[in-house]
Amino acid sequence: MKLDARIPSGPLDKKWEKCLLEMKLVNPANKRKFEVIVVGTGLAGASAAASMAELGYGVKSFCFQESPRRAHSIAAQGGINAAKNYQNDGDSVDRLFYDTIKGGDFRAREANVYRLAQTSVKIIDQCVAQGVPFAREYGGLLANRSFGGAQVSRTFYARGQTGQQLLMGAYQALERQIGLGNVTMYPRTEMLDLVLVDGHAKGIVVRNLVTGEVSSHSADAVILATGGYGNVFYLSTNAVRCNVTAIWRAYKRGALMANPCYTQIHPTCIPVSGDHQSKLTLMSESLRNDGRIWVPKQPGDKRPSAQIPENERDYFLERKYPTYGNLAPRDISSRAAKEACDDGRGVGPGGLGVYLDFSDAIKRLGESKIRERYDNLFVMYERITGENAYKVPMRIYPAVHYTMGGLWVDYHLMSNIPGLFVLGEANFSDHGANRLGASALMQGLADGYFVAPYTVGNYFASNSVSRPATNHPEFTKVQEEVKQRTQKLLSIRGKRTPASFHRELGKLMWNNCGMARTDASLQLNLEKIPELREEFWKNVTVTGENNSLNQSLEEAGRVADFLEFGELTSRDALERKESCGCHFRTEFQTPEGEAQRDDANFAYVAAWEYRGENQAPVLHKEPLVYDELKMSQRSYK
Amino acid sequence: MNLTLKIWRQKDRQTRGEFVTCQARDIIPDMSFLEMLDVVNEDLMKAGHEAFAFDSDCREGICGTCSLVINGIPHGGQKGTTACQLHMRHFHDGQTITVEPWRAQAFPVLRDLVVDRSAFDRIIASGGFVSVNTGGAPDGNAIPISKVDADRAMDAAACIGCGACVAACKNASAMLFVAAKISHLGLLPQGQTERYQRVVKMVDTMDHEGFGACSVTGACEAVCPKQISLDFIGQLNRDYLRGSLKP
Ligand SMILES: Cc1cc2nc3c(=O)[nH]c(=O)nc-3n(C[C@H](O)[C@H](O)[C@H](O)COP(=O)(O)OP(=O)(O)OC[C@H]3O[C@@H](n4cnc5c(N)ncnc54)[C@H](O)[C@@H]3O)c2cc1C
Ligand code: FES
Repeated sequence: MKLDARIPSGPLDKKWEKCLLEMKLVNPANKRKFEVIVVGTGLAGASAAASMAELGYGVKSFCFQESPRRAHSIAAQGGINAAKNYQNDGDSVDRLFYDTIKGGDFRAREANVYRLAQTSVKIIDQCVAQGVPFAREYGGLLANRSFGGAQVSRTFYARGQTGQQLLMGAYQALERQIGLGNVTMYPRTEMLDLVLVDGHAKGIVVRNLVTGEVSSHSADAVILATGGYGNVFYLSTNAVRCNVTAIWRAYKRGALMANPCYTQIHPTCIPVSGDHQSKLTLMSESLRNDGRIWVPKQPGDKRPSAQIPENERDYFLERKYPTYGNLAPRDISSRAAKEACDDGRGVGPGGLGVYLDFSDAIKRLGESKIRERYDNLFVMYERITGENAYKVPMRIYPAVHYTMGGLWVDYHLMSNIPGLFVLGEANFSDHGANRLGASALMQGLADGYFVAPYTVGNYFASNSVSRPATNHPEFTKVQEEVKQRTQKLLSIRGKRTPASFHRELGKLMWNNCGMARTDASLQLNLEKIPELREEFWKNVTVTGENNSLNQSLEEAGRVADFLEFGELTSRDALERKESCGCHFRTEFQTPEGEAQRDDANFAYVAAWEYRGENQAPVLHKEPLVYDELKMSQRSYK
Repeated sequence: MNLTLKIWRQKDRQTRGEFVTCQARDIIPDMSFLEMLDVVNEDLMKAGHEAFAFDSDCREGICGTCSLVINGIPHGGQKGTTACQLHMRHFHDGQTITVEPWRAQAFPVLRDLVVDRSAFDRIIASGGFVSVNTGGAPDGNAIPISKVDADRAMDAAACIGCGACVAACKNASAMLFVAAKISHLGLLPQGQTERYQRVVKMVDTMDHEGFGACSVTGACEAVCPKQISLDFIGQLNRDYLRGSLKP
């Protein structure tokens, strides 16, 4: 299979313009004849659905939550990047482009990232026009803060609720189109399979989560904006119902899965407190603007933080990365914290934590300033841990947070299946091996507001195939398969709950495919995960019936997919015999312990093709070519 | 600790529900309320019984999905806290806890503790937006907005749409929810053009959906996990009056 990323020729900064000019347009009068299915109502899905409906296309929008407004994007805290240079601190499209490529450790596509940086400025304008209440300065202009991996202040924010406010903007735009009758909304509806007709994506099979009814929907194109797969680790900062099912089913119908092993571990999360835990809570990275990270110098030092004098503290990020200090990128900060804890210098119960200390900032700026900036985070921290971080330092530890991998897409955000587009965290596109803070919201909205509406239109205009009816044999066949699978899950009546399998899988993933991976640990996963999967299909218990609201059935279906996906992720990590960004193979590190890339052999996108049950997937490689930037060893020192 | 739960069981929208009693064993104070329910559900499933359906997703108090009335109070009565962020350290060993769904005509129960709040979406669809299409927006700094107004708009925009306000109100009124959106958009220059049409449309839809009238008792504000102020209802009333007088 030849992977054609369809990157336009010509200079980098003219590629998107050229692409737009060359795209075919759909005659306005014909637009309403085309229908598009959009699965997902997070930033990527809601913005795409609203924008496509505004253009006049017929849109069907799906989400498994009870309302589009509850998509996981709502939980984003810290902010969204844009190369506005409002702070006059030397930011530009080129600099955002450079920071993103470098942050991604030279494993992202130049052309996509450049377009993202170009588009970023329009996103802020759009959101302001929708009434997103971004933070402002006293003079009335927009405020900014800095985020990890950047030396300029380019992050726009709305208190600690940026994702919520951006999503409300997109959701309101979507609701407006629903009210106008241009979008049909299907909440509490889960996509369980993709349907192809003559090689093109033509629809989906869904289950109504209230009645259990399985049905088909056909369209002229399908957009998946179904979010990330971080919950393959069981514990992550994602909402508990985030899952891989939509993109995994598409993979099993022929879409390529790219770089699944690139998963980001976020440095600032509340440490795990016990086995009962259902999720981990992020403390926004913006806290690193004012908090200083440290551990005791002496291993095993169990004194309370206040009793450890200044000269016995190791501010390890400031020491190792003087230029970026506490704002070093996420992958680097997380690994540094892990190393400190592996040295026996971790703090808190179990020694799996480091301090994030605000006492200096409070001294310098006063408690009220810190309160103004972060109070909701401090309150949340106290609610969960029972500790007051204005008085004692926070304890933080890395946790799974974001997945850079996802379905392979070309420059048009179309997968290798014609007519199947993938947006937001669900695709693999822009962040390489590590995403910079505040760039996911930017990417989701860029994809949904400013890329897909054009590229999907171009697909419509260039393909004259007609929309099949849902009684087409392909739909009937897939629908039958979905029903059988559901029936199978209900019929096992074993002894273990879906959650117990999920927890066990999560431990395998975290221990063997987490912050540091080795050949041996990954081999172990390739052995253990299939065993666990086999047990699942013999011994899982799913109570209740099919024809009603049945959360145990929903969960079992998602866990079943994670049990397959975890294996592919481990395989991808095993195959990539180098370290880059978040993918840290212990065997491949520089003498200083940093990720050691192998550009000669691994400067490619790994795209996996499904070949059938019990068959090894096939690896396809899309070479990464750097015309603009020179590949270099990242340095944040 | 061990607890006795009296939980609402209801098969579906049509069937009548009832309280059933069950035990929660070996609960750790660090667990959240929902994690406690997870334990109860896993125990039930292991014994071959059906779990209690309840809704949740983010489990960090922002998505507005969780919706439990705990001991008679929506979200359980910890100030500014959703049920998912309520921790078991606030309960004591041996305690009996009642757990039931939001109760309001406009929020029918779908199963056990799960309700349908799509009426809120329909209220937003009727006018809770600024009518701008994608593209063509002016520069984000073209219109300065005073920090005071922006902050105040954000105070209102913090609403997570959970519906606790409705569940707490004896008339099941949705005024606080609607007022929060009216105020958020009405305080910003971008929201001015449609300000008075918006309020009339949203209030009409609210009435049509079967929410009751507001008698300003403040029960909504007391349970709101985002502590949305009752003052916004005043703003709504003023805008509504002006909106309904306009031809
Ligand atoms: C705690 C937290 C904080 C974050 N903070 C930031 C930040 O400050 N800045 C930043 O840039 N990024 C941040 N991120 C990352 C960012 O929030 C996400 O990457 C982004 O919101 C993903 O958006 P999305 O639209 O791709 O998917 P999501 O918002 O996850 O939406 C997925 C949608 O798909 C639907 N869906 C999924 N599967 C199915 C199915 N099978 N059938 C039907 N519907 C389905 C869901 O219902 C949902 O509507 C944060 C992430 C977390 C976890
Ligand atoms: S589960 Fe999201 S607010 Fe409670």
